[in-house]
Amino acid sequence: MTHSATLAAPEVILPAPRPATAIPEAIVEVISDSGEGAQRCGQSLGAIAARMGNGIWTTEIIPAEIQPPARSVAGASGIRIRMGSGRITNGGDQTELVVAFNEQVLIGRVQAGELKPGAKILLECMWKTHRDPAVVISYMKTVEALLKDGFEVYEVPLEDRCRELVSDPRKGKNMFVLGILCNVYGLDDDLAREQIARIFGKKDAKVVASNIKLYEAGAAWAEANLDFKYCIPAVKSTVPQIVVNGNTAIALGVMASGMDICAMYPITPATSASHYLSEVFEKIGGLVHQAEDEIAACAFAVGASYAGKCAVTITSGPGYSLKQEVIGLAVMAEIPLVVVNVQRGGPSTGQPTKVEQGDALSAIFGSHGDAPKVVMAPNSIEDCFYSVITARKIAETFGMVVVVLSDASLSTAQQPFPRPVFSEAWLAPPVDMTPVPVGSKAYDWDPMTGLSRRLQPGRAGGMHTVTGLAHDRNSKVAYDPAINEEGLRARSLKLAALQKTLKAPPVFGGDSGDLLLIGWGSTMGAIEESVTRLRAEGQAVSSMHLRFLQPMPSGIREILARFKHAMTIEGNWSDKPEDELIDEDNRRYSALAMLLRSRFLVDIDCWSEARGQPIKPGDICRVAREALKRRGALS
Amino acid sequence: MSQSLSSCVIKLHQEHHALEDYQGGVPRWCNGCGDNAILAAMQRLCADENLAPENTVFVSGIGCSSRLPHYMKTYGFHSLHGRAFPVAEGIKMARPDLNVFVSTGDGDCCSIGAAHWIHALRYNMNITVVLHDNHVYGLTKKQASPTSPRGLKSNTTPYGATLEPMNPLTVSLGVQGASFIAQGVDWIPEVLYDILRAAYLHRGFSFVRIIQRCPEFMPKVFDPWLHDPQRTMLLTHKDGLTLSPGIASAYRNQREHDPINIDRAREIASLDDPIPVGILYRNPDAPCYEDLRHAGQLRSPEYIRAGLDREFDKYTVWPEGHAEA
Repeated sequence: MTHSATLAAPEVILPAPRPATAIPEAIVEVISDSGEGAQRCGQSLGAIAARMGNGIWTTEIIPAEIQPPARSVAGASGIRIRMGSGRITNGGDQTELVVAFNEQVLIGRVQAGELKPGAKILLECMWKTHRDPAVVISYMKTVEALLKDGFEVYEVPLEDRCRELVSDPRKGKNMFVLGILCNVYGLDDDLAREQIARIFGKKDAKVVASNIKLYEAGAAWAEANLDFKYCIPAVKSTVPQIVVNGNTAIALGVMASGMDICAMYPITPATSASHYLSEVFEKIGGLVHQAEDEIAACAFAVGASYAGKCAVTITSGPGYSLKQEVIGLAVMAEIPLVVVNVQRGGPSTGQPTKVEQGDALSAIFGSHGDAPKVVMAPNSIEDCFYSVITARKIAETFGMVVVVLSDASLSTAQQPFPRPVFSEAWLAPPVDMTPVPVGSKAYDWDPMTGLSRRLQPGRAGGMHTVTGLAHDRNSKVAYDPAINEEGLRARSLKLAALQKTLKAPPVFGGDSGDLLLIGWGSTMGAIEESVTRLRAEGQAVSSMHLRFLQPMPSGIREILARFKHAMTIEGNWSDKPEDELIDEDNRRYSALAMLLRSRFLVDIDCWSEARGQPIKPGDICRVAREALKRRGALS
Repeated sequence: MSQSLSSCVIKLHQEHHALEDYQGGVPRWCNGCGDNAILAAMQRLCADENLAPENTVFVSGIGCSSRLPHYMKTYGFHSLHGRAFPVAEGIKMARPDLNVFVSTGDGDCCSIGAAHWIHALRYNMNITVVLHDNHVYGLTKKQASPTSPRGLKSNTTPYGATLEPMNPLTVSLGVQGASFIAQGVDWIPEVLYDILRAAYLHRGFSFVRIIQRCPEFMPKVFDPWLHDPQRTMLLTHKDGLTLSPGIASAYRNQREHDPINIDRAREIASLDDPIPVGILYRNPDAPCYEDLRHAGQLRSPEYIRAGLDREFDKYTVWPEGHAEA
């Protein structure tokens, strides 16, 4: 049905607020041309809901260009907000309500199947009376098609209403829409006003007041013109929570780890972590160095780590590839280093703003020769924060490179988590400058663990030259076959020493069963949600999520043995068995499946997609049901 | 009293360093290699300036030039081809108290590390750099380098190098932020030492290009300059080099040049015959990146905690009834 809201009398104040339907959760999208503020609107909505005690997860929809052509399918810029009564761990399946600033940006979302059948669409209707007849035709045709497909279309006079309040309605629509959405979901007006004041607080009071007016007008419009209203019961947390995205959490983790120096080069989607760090790190005596290139950023961090506390470099796939040689140097010279790789689509320039879990193998096996390093993957926004602290500690304790694999999905997603309580144990110790006896060995490798004490500049008696060449315990260049193997052995044993300290990953669901889903990184929320749904259907499905890809903890073998089948769920490429040429002799498995198969000699299947979108719990459920059916285990 | 006197003597003994304190093993450069002269001057400089070996780091890239840290008895960092500059910058930023030197070559600095070189000049960190420029790749056995003379026959240019050589001095003097540019030659060790000392004493990024003989792959290339002192032009100034009587009488081709004059420095840098030797440019007032960025601050856990809590406050949702601070 169509709701020609434009024809209704404006601002009719109803005698009593319309009744609200209680729902456990909602998925909303705001989609616009780039620069119209859809993301700010959605982030604010999420923040207000979180302040009310709702669980939230926001997912940004970002075009690759700064100013893509207006009214284009590819230029869609926006945000999805999933709000619920309980904790929300992922973006969910399909959108139930979408606000679109033009019909073109909406088309892409519809074509990608992102809208739930029958979803409500609030569509800016200024295009209906546009002076360009082509625009009018496009708008009318799209609305007709949407209605035919069963969507509920509400035409909203965003431009007209905003022009009554501000001179540039294009800049004000987002707060008008925030008003509509807060009204629809019964969010607190006072919290919304506070949120607006927070956003525009840096500007003058006039800007805040005008945006609050827009907000109120939007809420009033919704109250007068919409025939639906919801309420998502919220339970206020009893502990303070912080609401940040993954990149901010990484930056906070850098600060909390006691690291002094971050060296970086701008790259999407990692840069916002460095932006935030640049703004705040110096206030606590830290420093962000924007190097001339990715290689220099890594080398600068290695130099800083060599002489001072462990340093960090933050990058994404292409930058990670460039850093590989310097990472190898840090491995060889046993200089601690934290490398954060916020993964994006690859190979090459790939999909800069889109998510992919494509770098696990290059992180583990990258750099030529045998270059053992630690590879971790945070699985939530909270984990982004704590992973960096853990990474710094491991890097310094073991004299190793620790790679933290975040991704584009975590980078912009927001989710509340308990406010961390500072602990001094997070911090890096000061550089040890106590003298050592003359002749002390630079690499006094422990025969069992491969560990050695670090001798940093400033320590009298410890002078030596570190080198990327093969070297002996005195760091003297050595081409002797036995000495070369002694160094390789020591560097490799450090991984085993770390591995002995790791706990087996927990199993989510039941301890045993028909199918075990295995994942790593940002997909944990979606995988666990699908396990919950499948178990509610009576399927014996569980999941296991790996935080450490290298080294892998003990206990995995035993977990695998308790399930009839296992498959990984990954956001990367794997060959599809249904393709004509693909068979067991040539199928390229997903990264984690490949690693698990080679280590445990178990026939672990994989399902992966690299569509540049976060994996949806509904898709995982479908895949799991198919896998169970193939094996005759579907209940 | 006697005890404190003896501890005083011990302290004096510990703090004074002799030349041997910087000599770390027998160099494995070829006989007659100009790198030996650079090493000798460097070790003498460390001893004369009494640099604490534990607070001194020699950083290098890859190539013959970059073996130098192994022959010092200080801390050293023999890094990757072309990457000595960013490694050294990281060291200096983390520990501004350390004396940081970079030893690099014409391939390392002007070819694979060229981007870092340009930006290192721009950062102007307090680092002393020696560019060993022998106009050829030595360690990989005779390939043309960016500074190879046109026509040089090498393993990669068997019919003669086709391009004009790069001039590291004019390139350096073209970078905004450059603060100390000098040139020395390995065959006048006394002047080389004076230049290195001035470079060390300059607070900022001191870039010294040293024309250096490679007897193995470039045996005759520098002969015309070696045989004719007139083809070496010494730059003198009260704010630059002052020459000993011996040098002054041996090298009569001298030119008064005030190193603050960058336009004149650029003109002199463009000369390739005679070779200018001395301090071309020095600007003691150019700010250092590590100072601009307030490197080396001490940070207490309490300071970090307070800063972190301020950030958490921005993003916190407080439970019901909590009084926001």
